[in-house]
Amino acid sequence: MATETQQPESRDAGSWARPVSKLRVTDVPSGAVSLNVEGRHVVGPLQGFGQLWQKTYRVRLAREGLSPASVVSFLKEKLPELMPRGSRFYPSVLGVAPGEVVLINATLPGIPGGIATGVMVLYSDDESFTLMCPEGHPEAGWNTFSAYQEEGITVAQIQSLGRANDPIFDFGFRFMGGAKQQEQTWHHVLEGVAKHYGFEGSVEFHKSLVDGKLQWSQAKNVWFNSAVRSMLYAPIRLVRRLIGGGPTAA
Amino acid sequence: MSATKVEARVRNANEAASIVDIQGEITSFAEGVLMDAYNLASGGGANAIILNFKGLEYMNSGGIGLLVTMLIRANRQNQKLLAYGLTDHYQQIFEVTRLNEAIQIYPNEAQALAAVVGR
Repeated sequence: MATETQQPESRDAGSWARPVSKLRVTDVPSGAVSLNVEGRHVVGPLQGFGQLWQKTYRVRLAREGLSPASVVSFLKEKLPELMPRGSRFYPSVLGVAPGEVVLINATLPGIPGGIATGVMVLYSDDESFTLMCPEGHPEAGWNTFSAYQEEGITVAQIQSLGRANDPIFDFGFRFMGGAKQQEQTWHHVLEGVAKHYGFEGSVEFHKSLVDGKLQWSQAKNVWFNSAVRSMLYAPIRLVRRLIGGGPTAA
Repeated sequence: MSATKVEARVRNANEAASIVDIQGEITSFAEGVLMDAYNLASGGGANAIILNFKGLEYMNSGGIGLLVTMLIRANRQNQKLLAYGLTDHYQQIFEVTRLNEAIQIYPNEAQALAAVVGR
């Protein structure tokens, strides 16, 4: 029986990740390096160091009967294959579901051996999903992948709201080509989506500076910097590989 | 573009605070409505904007992004952003997105207003 203190369940209740004190990596897909995710807190756009940018990438898919839900379903299933070489996504066995962790192994300009990191699925429904960064990730914030109808045409969109997590990554984004590489990555993904549906779609790109200030109080985030930790951990990974150790996790 | 399914009504609670009553769905399509309401609420020189979420029916991650943008704008103008009327579910969303570290949440309007007066 309902009582006055009970609250009706919201329509979005099943779409959001539940609050977690720390991230847990429950399984490591074959070939993935799990590092810099286990035990980390997630960080939103308010917790990072650098300037806060909103970047929006869109591609129009003018095909009759193509629904936003089918585009998002395709993105969820094929995101690892849509990523460019050098940026590999490893979803868990449960896929893009709220609270799940997606491991990421990627190359970054100026970082020998690349970095191992990951993201948490913050939100997922039929027409969108959002990946949120952990401590130590290059960015603090989230990326939302969605599709919607505009004037009868389905538009696929990726929108990021984030800032460099610490001063090292801020330098990398500004002066080492990190921001450009990030923008190329999401262009590449949407071009792949367009190609799948038979278009050579040109990706519209818009970016706006939401907050130009540096948050010096967050400079301490450098302690968890995944690039530094990945480099320090590289010799251990090499030894494990040489002696035939299983999937790399730490 | 999907239709906007949100309304926002602005009330001046006192010289220091304006209240924005939100009714409906907060998604990225609510940007125009929410930012217009924020501008109206700020127009009278209020140094605190209180968001009333009692009428919130649905929110996705695009909507949370809008609240972040609003918070940044408020910080830039040295305004405080407060909230009340959030169900347990939406309080959890503020927690998981860590928005609760920057937007103070109160159980009701009276306590939110008292917090503004007590600053």
